[in-house]
Amino acid sequence: MADILVSAWVIARKDLAIEFRTRSAFLSAVVFSLLGLVIFYYSWDPTAVTATDLAPGVLWVIFTFSGLLGLHRSFGVEMEDHAIDGLLASPVSREAIFLGKAMANLIFVVAVQAIAIPALVVFYNLPLGGIAVPLVAIAILAAIGLVAVGTLFSAMAVNTRLAELLLPMLALPFFVPIVTAAAQVTSKLLSGRPLIEASAWLKLLLAFDILFVVACTLAYPFTVED
Amino acid sequence: MSPGGPPIVEVAELSRTFGSRRAVAGVTFSLAAGECLALFGPNGAGKTTLLRVLAGLLRPTSGSARVCGIRLPGGALARSGVGLISHHTMLYEALSPRENVAFAARLYGIRDSRARVDDVLRRMSMLERSEAPVRSLSRGMQQRVSIARAMVHAPQLVLADEPYSGLDDSGARALTALLQDLRSTGTAIIIVTHNLAEGLSLATHAAVMQRGKFVRYDAADRINAGSYATAYREAVAASG
Repeated sequence: MADILVSAWVIARKDLAIEFRTRSAFLSAVVFSLLGLVIFYYSWDPTAVTATDLAPGVLWVIFTFSGLLGLHRSFGVEMEDHAIDGLLASPVSREAIFLGKAMANLIFVVAVQAIAIPALVVFYNLPLGGIAVPLVAIAILAAIGLVAVGTLFSAMAVNTRLAELLLPMLALPFFVPIVTAAAQVTSKLLSGRPLIEASAWLKLLLAFDILFVVACTLAYPFTVED
Repeated sequence: MSPGGPPIVEVAELSRTFGSRRAVAGVTFSLAAGECLALFGPNGAGKTTLLRVLAGLLRPTSGSARVCGIRLPGGALARSGVGLISHHTMLYEALSPRENVAFAARLYGIRDSRARVDDVLRRMSMLERSEAPVRSLSRGMQQRVSIARAMVHAPQLVLADEPYSGLDDSGARALTALLQDLRSTGTAIIIVTHNLAEGLSLATHAAVMQRGKFVRYDAADRINAGSYATAYREAVAASG
């Protein structure tokens, strides 16, 4: 297991180095997130819907779609001059390749969240007070599930001609339980309700995280076997 | 080191099909340490498929293949002794040659790889350009880096699929010298090329492949460049 994680981290570092050099997906995701916030803000009637009711939906819609931008690129970089063959021909296990890709994607999504959450708080004047830490924890928990599913479908879609269309079509239905649970927990937090009231949603989120990480890691080798 | 000893590659009646098409059809051969098989044949003859099976990228459909003593598909252990060179560079364009080769070294579990990375880049005359992004290099230079990448873990078996593609004379000479050096230190090599002279200059065995089968297979002492040229031309004509 330690070997798998070491190899996964080697692959994740390589992916992050490439993204750091090009910044193509990160900048796109940040710009998309901020634009989404602005559009929602100007279409919002504060007299009809309170900020704490609207913000969770806005937050998770933005994370879902901005995350897809990074997930699409995840295996896209491996198609440059068949770099994926070099990875698959190395003694690294298929599971380590998947986990490495997922680690890099998780850091990518969390980095986008690190910009989008403060922007959301400023735009909607949210009472962040004592909920900052639980909100960040929920964001990371949800990101783990989204990234696991998205990484697997990115690997499946990348060899198709319609990869950019196929990835959201495949992944979005699987995002629903995670995004729903995360939005519900976020809503409780922003409303100032105790976290215990959202414990059922929290358990659901944890359960889907574990299910998706394990199932997607085990399923990935089948996407690269001939 | 003279060729011989236990086989590095043992292939018996190996076949690989894609749907109803047999890309490799009952190929049998073996290769010991320090030996080199030059593989010729027209496009679509199954040469690349055979190499991809031996590299662990494709599963055999039937028959058996052993690489470094491990029966395929042998997982990570079988792949650890193989170096793959392709006409695709398998490099990341945003990274430098040094980063690409160091990444490969880490995948193969080489710690403190700097000296090893420097050595293989020097041998392919790429040390001076080792910090430039790969995308800024010419096709031939990228191919040199790709070769360095495949050699960084000192493989027991090198699978070279048209390795001379894109190389200028100097690069081709460096590659030939490197492959000869590898052979002399006991590395087995399978080289796919359309250049008979280059292939036969390295080979201890040679084969012409057509429609997935070896239509000729000879040991070095029986290799005749003229007859190979004829067999190759006939195979190309038959496939076209």
